[in-house]
Amino acid sequence: MSSDYEFSDEDAEYYDEDEDMEAQDDEDSAISDDEMDADAFKDDLIVDSSRGKRKVYEVDFESMSQDAVQALIKKDVDHISSIFGIDSGAASLLLRHMNWNKEKLIEKYMDNPTSLNIAAGVTVAPPPTPSPTVTSPIRSQASSSTARAKSPSVTTKRTTRRTAAEQAAKSKSPVIAPEPPKELGPFVCPICFDDTQTITLALPCGDQFCESCWKIFITSKIRDEGDHCIRCMATDCSLIAPDSFVQSTLSDDHATFERYEELIVRHFVSCNSNLKFCPYPSCTHTVSCPSAASKSSLATIVPTVYCGASATHRFCFGCPIDGDHRPVICSVAKLWLKKCQDDSETANWIKSNTKECSKCQSTIEKNGGCNHMTCKKCKYEFCWVCMGPWTEHGTAWYSCNRYDDKSGVEARDAQARSRASLERYLHYYNRWANHEQSAKLSVDLYAKTEKKMEEMQITSDLTWIEVQFAKKAVDEVEKCRMTLKWTYAMAYYLAKGNEKEMFEDNQRDLERAVEDLSELLESPIEPETIPTLRQKMTDKTVYVQKRNEILLEDTAKGYLDGRWAWDVTVDGL
Amino acid sequence: MGSISARRLAKEYKELNSDECPVGIKLLQADDFETWIIAIEVLGETLYKDEKFALKFRFDPQYPISSPAVQFVVDEKYQAPLHPHVYSNGHICASILGEGWSPVLSVPAVCVTLQSMLASCKKKERPEGNDRYVRFAPDNPKKTKFMYDDDTV
Repeated sequence: MSSDYEFSDEDAEYYDEDEDMEAQDDEDSAISDDEMDADAFKDDLIVDSSRGKRKVYEVDFESMSQDAVQALIKKDVDHISSIFGIDSGAASLLLRHMNWNKEKLIEKYMDNPTSLNIAAGVTVAPPPTPSPTVTSPIRSQASSSTARAKSPSVTTKRTTRRTAAEQAAKSKSPVIAPEPPKELGPFVCPICFDDTQTITLALPCGDQFCESCWKIFITSKIRDEGDHCIRCMATDCSLIAPDSFVQSTLSDDHATFERYEELIVRHFVSCNSNLKFCPYPSCTHTVSCPSAASKSSLATIVPTVYCGASATHRFCFGCPIDGDHRPVICSVAKLWLKKCQDDSETANWIKSNTKECSKCQSTIEKNGGCNHMTCKKCKYEFCWVCMGPWTEHGTAWYSCNRYDDKSGVEARDAQARSRASLERYLHYYNRWANHEQSAKLSVDLYAKTEKKMEEMQITSDLTWIEVQFAKKAVDEVEKCRMTLKWTYAMAYYLAKGNEKEMFEDNQRDLERAVEDLSELLESPIEPETIPTLRQKMTDKTVYVQKRNEILLEDTAKGYLDGRWAWDVTVDGL
Repeated sequence: MGSISARRLAKEYKELNSDECPVGIKLLQADDFETWIIAIEVLGETLYKDEKFALKFRFDPQYPISSPAVQFVVDEKYQAPLHPHVYSNGHICASILGEGWSPVLSVPAVCVTLQSMLASCKKKERPEGNDRYVRFAPDNPKKTKFMYDDDTV
């Protein structure tokens, strides 16, 4: 049954051998219908190569849930804690401080564990000054600052936390402001000044604060600032709260602790070039793709991946573009997007409303007045009608009859060249934009078709599976239009030559097939015509899919063989 | 959370009005727990001798967990000090008002720190790019992300 043709996006190798055979059958019938050309030969090639584990235009990648990444993190933490003989909280802080670079951490730790522990916020800087309650640091700070003001020789420092810390450190020195005896009266939290709080917490530095202040502080750091490094609330303290402290303080606020864990996972992922976090909103999956981790690999592959949450969470591992930009490589795709952003709309307007000065090529809009133009930039005087120099016009002030004059022709030629380059760009841009638009429209159209199909399923004796063929066709059209869209970006930058022509042949074949299938999608659906329509559409869908594969496969091979020559200098090539 | 900020500010208010208030700092206006105006001058032999400035503190309900918005008052009576970290609209680039903020810091502590920032100044000048910053600066200095690139001034 041809309608059994199916593939699962969930699966990296979405095309298994049995289906291959069937697809091949469908393919034959499709070709006999219309385009019977040299494709059969190419198709054989494709079928052969698709027997491999993955296609040449795909990359090996693995989707990981947050738990899986946490397991990786735990492995690193356990490893560090076992070789250094420290608890896992400290090991985690050290790793985070070193951006999860284990080798570097081990090296540095062996070198000087004390300074690393201090820098990572695991231990306090010596000498350890136990300060259980700092109830009134202000007065002592004031005196220290006046002292500082009186002696201009004091090292001038920028008012930063460090200065504050310095002052606070001074406040602790026994010379100034002796601390109030802590045994007297109940504990007063220096943040909320509530003396009824009975539970206080402190990191190893001993700076005590009430539990509720800690909880509010930690929640605010995690929720509002998205920070996983929660420093002690005291000004002079650079200790960082270990996970266990955060967890026990948040106690029953599991949602915030989960967010905290996610922040750590994100930090871990961002430090590891083999991993990338799924960019879709509120998705917590990670994709591991070691083959695209290096910058140089991006010159030959387009690492399109998707995460385990959904196959629609498709993104490029190599660059920030959401979605699939195959067949064009990241650096060229980036060039193109930048050009579109700068140019497209403006270019259209410029093309229809302006001319260029034939001397300095500045763009000029004529918004009134006579044909005697003086370029504001280079002061060149010319005629708007023939674009030739005004000096040759004599006294013909308002009309120009000199169209064939030599200098006028040259000026128009120069202008034509600059127009041609604009027009060339617009040629590619319009097709690019058109495919994007059409992909959207076909999805809209399908929404209508789907409704109709459902009705038909109720009114006729067709089964649900039998009315699903349009869905597959729409999915394929959408996918192929994305490929087509990016082929125009690629073709714009490809240098002229045989290779480009072959590329454009593939492009044209795919485009034609996609347009045919699009048209079929718009044909009216009646219960009597369904069986024939289904057959046609299924055949076409398979054919389109083949064409898409041919194109992707050929470009991917081209990258590997270094076959593509670019018109511009491309990063990383 | 609101009660913590009110209790904290009440305590700081009391302190600023007592003899514990640091030298050179005077509470001018504190009608509510949202906006306070504080007069500040730098004592001793500094570049700002005999100059008087006013600081505006704005607190949100998360205070003191979140930092107050602090800026110099610029009106017909007061001007912002000429200092490499103070923009002419009164905004201050100091890390303790941003990511260096700690909940144990307080209004008097911020004033004292700013006093020492002024006291240690060696050359009266505006920050680089002052005009550009002032033209596009948000009303609330907390919305600006300052780069604390220079620790020497």
